[in-house]
Amino acid sequence: MATASKPNLDHPTFAILKEAFPAITLRGTEYRGQSTLIVEPQDLHKVMTFLKNDPRCDYNFLSDVVGIDYLGYPAPTIGRFAVVYNLCSYERDDRFFVKVFLDPSIPTDGIEEDPALYVDSVCDLWPGAEWTEREVFDMYGIRFRNHPDLRRILTWKEFPAHPLRKDYPLRGRGERETYRVIDRTDA
Amino acid sequence: MGIEAAIPAQGFLTTSLQKLINWSRRSALWPMPFATACCGIELMATASSRYDLARFGMERMSFSPRQADVLIVAGRVGIKMMPVLQRIYQQMTEPRWVISMGACASTGGVFDTYATVQGIDQFIPVDVYVPGCPPRPEMLLEGIRAIRRHIDQEGLPPTGGKRVPLSIAIEPTHEVAPQPTIGVTVGAT
Repeated sequence: MATASKPNLDHPTFAILKEAFPAITLRGTEYRGQSTLIVEPQDLHKVMTFLKNDPRCDYNFLSDVVGIDYLGYPAPTIGRFAVVYNLCSYERDDRFFVKVFLDPSIPTDGIEEDPALYVDSVCDLWPGAEWTEREVFDMYGIRFRNHPDLRRILTWKEFPAHPLRKDYPLRGRGERETYRVIDRTDA
Repeated sequence: MGIEAAIPAQGFLTTSLQKLINWSRRSALWPMPFATACCGIELMATASSRYDLARFGMERMSFSPRQADVLIVAGRVGIKMMPVLQRIYQQMTEPRWVISMGACASTGGVFDTYATVQGIDQFIPVDVYVPGCPPRPEMLLEGIRAIRRHIDQEGLPPTGGKRVPLSIAIEPTHEVAPQPTIGVTVGAT
């Protein structure tokens, strides 16, 4: 692996956050001009509230919420799963990423509720987060506290897995083969 | 071909009732388009003036399955879509035919993933498979003509009994144009 150059943490939002939250752990990284803040899951909601409401940040648009599974990632990571919030400020023409790492506490091959895979929903700040958080839940099994309607959004209700987890086989475990067969006599 | 050509100067002709029914049935196969992907674009092109599906009495896309004769499944189908597809199939009245158009509907195509149906014939009966990715309109017309030939020869499907799907696979009817091999350079020379 090539040696990574030192990230350039000169995004002004970093300094504002450091000043506003002196007590909590904040980590930053940068790649090709895109700055990412890494927060602990319990601090996520207050940091996001600040990023939306503080006039110096004013990130009034949440472009996307995506999940990542780092299983088998070639470099060490802070946790197995990550949720990335893609923030955008129309007023200041600025973009900022917030990332949360989560580690599962139970085996990840099922769909049981994992108390470690929980983060606070940001639907109260950006209502548009509702469907993107549902997608992260559907694909990775990461649940969102205080989400108004946390159901699967892409796969169907009885789907027995979270398919974008890296330990889930690409061709599935027979979900696509098990369905009722009808013939010509059905009408 | 219109019926006028078969009518002699006296203005009447004799035929069997079965042939007349078959002729009228095959001349107005109303399609039920189930277009979920790029095959649907070719299906629309088939209905356009260049390929003119109206020649076969099929210009009237029947968006009500109860008034349709041919279900054209054009595109990939996920398991989540199967209840819809099966419901549409069940709502169609006999006689009914199903065309599986393109690689995805017939086999899943390149979408060899957890939620994509690997061939709709696993779950509903399919009469004609039209290969291609997507098939050209000529191929789809060939599939439609296969159903028309079948109606002409076989007539009505047996009532009450379970008609076996026809399982007709259409062969390509066109010649592939030769690829240019001279005077083409790729990248820096």
